[in-house]
Amino acid sequence: MNKKWILPTLYILFLMLPIYGLLTMSFKTTNEILGGFSLFPQQFTLANYVKIFTDPTWYNGYINSLIYVVINTVISVAVALPAAYAFSRYRFLGDKHLFFWLLTNRMAPPAVFALPFFQLYSAIELFDTHIAVALAHCLFNIPLAVWILEGFMSGIPKELDETAYLDGYSFWRFFVRIFIPTIAAGIGVAAFFCFMYSWVELLLAKTLTSVNAKPIAATMTRTASTSGYELGLLAAAGSLTIIPGAIVIYFVRNYIAKGFALGRV
Amino acid sequence: MRKTTNNKAWWLVAPVLLLVAFNAFIPLMTVVNYSFQETFGDNVFFWEGVTWFEQVLRSERFHDALLRQLLFTGMILAIEVPLGISVALSMPRKGPWVSVCLVLMALPLLIPWNVVGAMWNIFALPDIGLLGYTLNSMGFDYNFTQQPVSAWMTTVVMDVWHWTSLVVLLSYAGLCSIPDAYYQAARIDGASAWAVFRYIQLPKMKRVLTIAILLRFMDSFMIYTEPFVLTGGGPGNTTTFLSIDLVKIALGQFDLGPAAAMSLIYFLVVLLICWAFYTIMMRNEAQ
Repeated sequence: MNKKWILPTLYILFLMLPIYGLLTMSFKTTNEILGGFSLFPQQFTLANYVKIFTDPTWYNGYINSLIYVVINTVISVAVALPAAYAFSRYRFLGDKHLFFWLLTNRMAPPAVFALPFFQLYSAIELFDTHIAVALAHCLFNIPLAVWILEGFMSGIPKELDETAYLDGYSFWRFFVRIFIPTIAAGIGVAAFFCFMYSWVELLLAKTLTSVNAKPIAATMTRTASTSGYELGLLAAAGSLTIIPGAIVIYFVRNYIAKGFALGRV
Repeated sequence: MRKTTNNKAWWLVAPVLLLVAFNAFIPLMTVVNYSFQETFGDNVFFWEGVTWFEQVLRSERFHDALLRQLLFTGMILAIEVPLGISVALSMPRKGPWVSVCLVLMALPLLIPWNVVGAMWNIFALPDIGLLGYTLNSMGFDYNFTQQPVSAWMTTVVMDVWHWTSLVVLLSYAGLCSIPDAYYQAARIDGASAWAVFRYIQLPKMKRVLTIAILLRFMDSFMIYTEPFVLTGGGPGNTTTFLSIDLVKIALGQFDLGPAAAMSLIYFLVVLLICWAFYTIMMRNEAQ
């Protein structure tokens, strides 16, 4: 019974190994990396990180990514909330078809849409803006947010709504004052997933930007191909992309476990 | 839940509908448009009918890519789902270790996909990477840039590394929703660990597992960035999955017609499998 900790520990160890490899490499000089394998950096250097924090093409990449991810998360959750409420509470013309149609957009491979998206956003002159990437990511994040929130809302008894209406609450007042706080955990989970999928997606973000809104991930691909193969710099940039995610996870960690459970009892 | 019929609910759905339709409908129509036409540049198009669809459906290249894709998705599902459930089952339910486990396990999910590819590329380099160096010094002949088997294994292990945590998190959430009273009742009845899993834990996890399997299926079926950065589809074409092949045709060779036709077939395959799975699961739930 008490040997249960072995499997999670081994699993976490397996998860940490490549990250450890990346981290040690980011503290090495390029010469040392190419010179051969070593478990620890022999000549410890922070030069790679210094370069990233002083060169605007590098640190702007992080800022750009964070901007469009935050815009996307806010838009996705904001429009998904009323829609999820409608799906969980009402029957209306074509509701089931609509729900499945929404999910189909989650299934569309981004590779299919890369070129048409480029043409569409160029045509409406939003190419190379943060809002373009944020809107494009709505394609898969809104359906996911609706799906997650609908699950949570279905777990809240309808008596809550009815009591509030009897007490004289208008729909929007009830929705904002009572309903949203009740499903805060669900919103946390939905926001987490929107943040996650927008932060990690590269194909569309790269296609829709060139200079002003270029995401960090695209900056890294360019470095890998043009300025020689600067593994140390690449490793440092990669290590830094882990940090925003780690912060977000830390804040929603309790919601994730309790959160999904809410609607399922 | 009993639902009331109310067609005004459409107003609540309208913003979602507008945004998604804008992003989905116009590009999809563009793709449909290309799939029936031939172009030689300069925005001049000729009607081609279903030529491209026939060409794609008959081409060996498409069959191979589709087969590789199905094999890959099958393999990662067969590893990730059981592994994810077992890790979730043996995780602590309360105490300080819960947060530690959750945060560490969720880490790979939030790393940008090209960084995942680059990280595994560095990790697996035969002469200077941690994994590659260790395997080679243990006497295995391992070089993922030249051996198809090594490349496949590395891609699969990378995906397991990257996504098993999603299954863990969802299953764990399902497990946490089981009231203690259920376990007490099982103990009084003298139920075995297997019976507890089969009749209490599995049914309670069913809905979250459906979400997990659907998400894993969709995402692995459209995988692009990680294998592209890791192996570039090679050696040869051995790890060229559908999306990589599609991007090669569309943006590499700029064959818009065949690429568009392939996109539509690709999309329909995903749609069909997801629809079948979704319908079966929903029917089970209704019973």
